[in-house]
Amino acid sequence: MSGFFDLPSDLQHSYLGLVGLHLREALLPVLAGLLLSLPVAQLCVRFRWMYPPVLGITTVLYAIPSLAFFVVLIDYFGQSETTVMIPLALYSLVVLVPAIVDGVRSVPPETLAAAQAMGFGAVRRYLQIQLPIAVPAIIAGLRVATVSSISLVSVGMLIGNQGALGNMLYDAQTYHRPALAVNSVVTIAVLGILADGVLVLLRLLLTPWMPRKGATR
Amino acid sequence: MNVLNFAHSFFSDSAHWHGYDGIPTRFAEHLRYSLEALLIAAAIGLPVGLLTGHTGRGGNALALLATAGRALPSFGLLVLMFLWIGFGLLPVMIPLVVLAVPPILVTAYEAVRSVDPSPVDAARGMGMSETRVLLQVELPVALPLVLSGLRTAAIQIVSTATIAAYVSLGGLGRYIIDGLYQRNYDKVVGGATLTAALALATLGLFWAAARLTVSPGVRRNG
Repeated sequence: MSGFFDLPSDLQHSYLGLVGLHLREALLPVLAGLLLSLPVAQLCVRFRWMYPPVLGITTVLYAIPSLAFFVVLIDYFGQSETTVMIPLALYSLVVLVPAIVDGVRSVPPETLAAAQAMGFGAVRRYLQIQLPIAVPAIIAGLRVATVSSISLVSVGMLIGNQGALGNMLYDAQTYHRPALAVNSVVTIAVLGILADGVLVLLRLLLTPWMPRKGATR
Repeated sequence: MNVLNFAHSFFSDSAHWHGYDGIPTRFAEHLRYSLEALLIAAAIGLPVGLLTGHTGRGGNALALLATAGRALPSFGLLVLMFLWIGFGLLPVMIPLVVLAVPPILVTAYEAVRSVDPSPVDAARGMGMSETRVLLQVELPVALPLVLSGLRTAAIQIVSTATIAAYVSLGGLGRYIIDGLYQRNYDKVVGGATLTAALALATLGLFWAAARLTVSPGVRRNG
């Protein structure tokens, strides 16, 4: 019997290679989603009428099953990593845009007035006041988006074995080695929980002014 | 646009509208899986979420449990359960329930926690039992959030139930999986459209449910 971390050679990766691939396929889309949702959320805060339609569009995108999304994109990007990553980036928008909008809106008006009185321009006020105060809300959104993204990558297995750790599921079936499926599921879950922990740590580092106790959500 | 052509040729083909592999059959299957999974998840998540929210204890444990639930990949869980249990509805239900319990549980907890404490104290002062405080004061005020948790869970179930087709069960995912292997994009787009439509209908249903069940006083405040 082969060891738990020995993978069949048709996966073309070592165990750690798959872990690296998985993290890249899962995290790049969340990063792209964050970069995209910052300006979108800012527009939604500035122009209130934009928020309901933006929320509507993202919810509709979210309702499309990831599997169908992947398959339709094959037509445009082939069976590649891009095909897996685009839907994941869009899904993360659904979580991140409301999180950032709520976070930025939760900044007390007195704080903004004080910043203005101190001569802060719009850009500086956004970068130095609004964004830092919104950090807890943004991180809360990032935690949900990151963990779901890590677990969704595995569906990419269905489109030309682009599911990183999810590819082990296919081999688990073909060689009838359930241990491979256990390995895949457990590793993905552990990666998700670790990524979640890193984000919690990041929040603690970025918001030193917040009370430490009872602040964990 | 490409996608529109695919959808059009799928829905205009009359062969897709009846019989064993027809849209009504697949739709009914999908609805059944989704409803069953949602009911099981609600039966687990709601009582636990409401009770922990009421007592205010176990919040950290709940958050941990929810993260763990979210981190478990539905698709991987499906394949694993299929290998262990074999063909049937159970290997499909387990990942769907695992997927749906965290949002229901966490929002129910948060919703009850965030209820204004003064009416709760008033209710206690009037001599209400803890059960009545929870059911007649906290629950009605928390209802909009509780419903939003159920809605998130329902939408995720509807769109994830498509993976049931991978282990030879029916549902709308049948079109997507079959279409993928047959390189028949009409089917894929058709299946995706139907699933998205069902998810949107779910959204509408929850909106209507919120209009009907949330007391007007609560709605004004929210």
